[in-house]
Amino acid sequence: MTTQWNKPLPTVSGETKPFWDSCRRGQLVIQYCEGCDDYQWYPRGICADCWGESVRWVQASGRGTVWTYTVTYQNRTPGFAEMVPYVLALVELEEGVRMFTNIIDCNPRDVHIGMPVEVTFQTATPQLSIPYFKPAG
Amino acid sequence: MVDLRRAAAIVGIHEHVTRYAPDKSELQIQGESVINALADAGLTKDDVDGLFTASSSARNSGMNLADYLNLYPSYVDNTTVGGGSFEFHLSHALTAIAAGRINVAVITYSSLARSGGVSVGTGGVGRFGHPILEPSPDSFEELYGMTTVGLYAMIARRHMHLYGTTSEQLAEVSVAMRHHASMNPEALFRDPITVEDVVGSRVISDPLHLMDCCVITDGGGAVVVASPEVARNCRHTPVWVLGTGEAIAHQGAGKRDLIYIAAHQSSPRAFEMAGVTHDDIDMAMVYDSFTITVVETLEDLGFCKKGEGGEFVSNGRLKVGGALPINTDGGGLSSNHPGMRGLFLLLEATRQLRHQFDGTGRQVPNCQIALAHGTGGALGSRHSGGTVILARD
Repeated sequence: MTTQWNKPLPTVSGETKPFWDSCRRGQLVIQYCEGCDDYQWYPRGICADCWGESVRWVQASGRGTVWTYTVTYQNRTPGFAEMVPYVLALVELEEGVRMFTNIIDCNPRDVHIGMPVEVTFQTATPQLSIPYFKPAG
Repeated sequence: MVDLRRAAAIVGIHEHVTRYAPDKSELQIQGESVINALADAGLTKDDVDGLFTASSSARNSGMNLADYLNLYPSYVDNTTVGGGSFEFHLSHALTAIAAGRINVAVITYSSLARSGGVSVGTGGVGRFGHPILEPSPDSFEELYGMTTVGLYAMIARRHMHLYGTTSEQLAEVSVAMRHHASMNPEALFRDPITVEDVVGSRVISDPLHLMDCCVITDGGGAVVVASPEVARNCRHTPVWVLGTGEAIAHQGAGKRDLIYIAAHQSSPRAFEMAGVTHDDIDMAMVYDSFTITVVETLEDLGFCKKGEGGEFVSNGRLKVGGALPINTDGGGLSSNHPGMRGLFLLLEATRQLRHQFDGTGRQVPNCQIALAHGTGGALGSRHSGGTVILARD
């Protein structure tokens, strides 16, 4: 029996399809610019720094730390309204870029800035898996 | 750069004082505000050649408003960068007037957020229905239950972590705003509150409590901006624009430290243009969507060092009679917040510079120069910052 995914789903474009394809395989990929020798987030068809096109997809380690977070007690949007309290966070990946996520599989009270976390995926639809983070094992 | 100081002045204002207006339309509130602001200036419909407006609900707001008012403006600006849009509008009106493109601009706003039941801060992505997400950035953000208050709360949490800022210090902002609201008969909430009341109110998005958050109201208003030649013949003493600064802050491809907000970029631009210093500012109107917004903004405007905002807002410094009175109308935290509050910052700064409250506790004594800073969007993801510095004639 499958559970109905009642939260918003990502819209996949040609620009972002490699990212979502990787998520379906359980891999977190980010982008690296050869010219800048630096990573970027979120995915783009260009390097946001040098505006060049020499960005390539690389597999991230999937590990990072909580940069900041909030325990959300009120959200009217269906899918989240029944999930409160939940942890909305910015996680800083080992590669140095920060991404929005939820910290799951733990008590919200245990989350703190600097906490080591690792990526985990939830299957939303047969085509789409969503990356989340959980306390590092 | 061309010297734009005193190239335009605020000559008319009107606040539509309603906090709840289910019997009106947004266009009606804007229309009534424009009519009254022009009357305040001593100008007429035929004098208006520039129309500036922004809305978080109405599409094509400039076209619809011109249609409603049967106006044919020769200069239209719909810049929409969140709640601080109206500081941008004033900046743009200044430039258009200085360039000789127009002589009289009207800036106006209205919203029925309260009677429409809009959960401005906690509605999340679903507050305007259940949308199809854009491929980016929405699809990398809205999956996680972002709310406006949540995005500010994350910056509050980071500020506490880095600098030791406390919930009690944030609460001082709410207490000061309520003190001012107690002197504003139009304010939504007027009963004095304490730090204990704020930190004892329920948590909306940790560490922000209900009383760390602005109110939700209906409302609107209008500002009339004119060239020096027109301003000299208006009913009130002109309130001159000395300087403006505009900025956008965002995540910088995942690498920007968003503990520094857009005010960090816009403030030096405005002060340099105005040719004044922080010591010259007699009062400030600081966008107070949340208590943390005020702490962050005062730091990045340069009124105190980064990290010292929690201490700065304490001990009554923000009240009339303190070192830097802010939001003497009671702010968004106590007076009104229809979704985009930037216009009201210009209204109260103008009232103070007109010495409209002389003889009452609301008037900042001998107020000569005021600053207004509008923030739009969300501190934790991307936002705008518009700083304007205004002076009494």
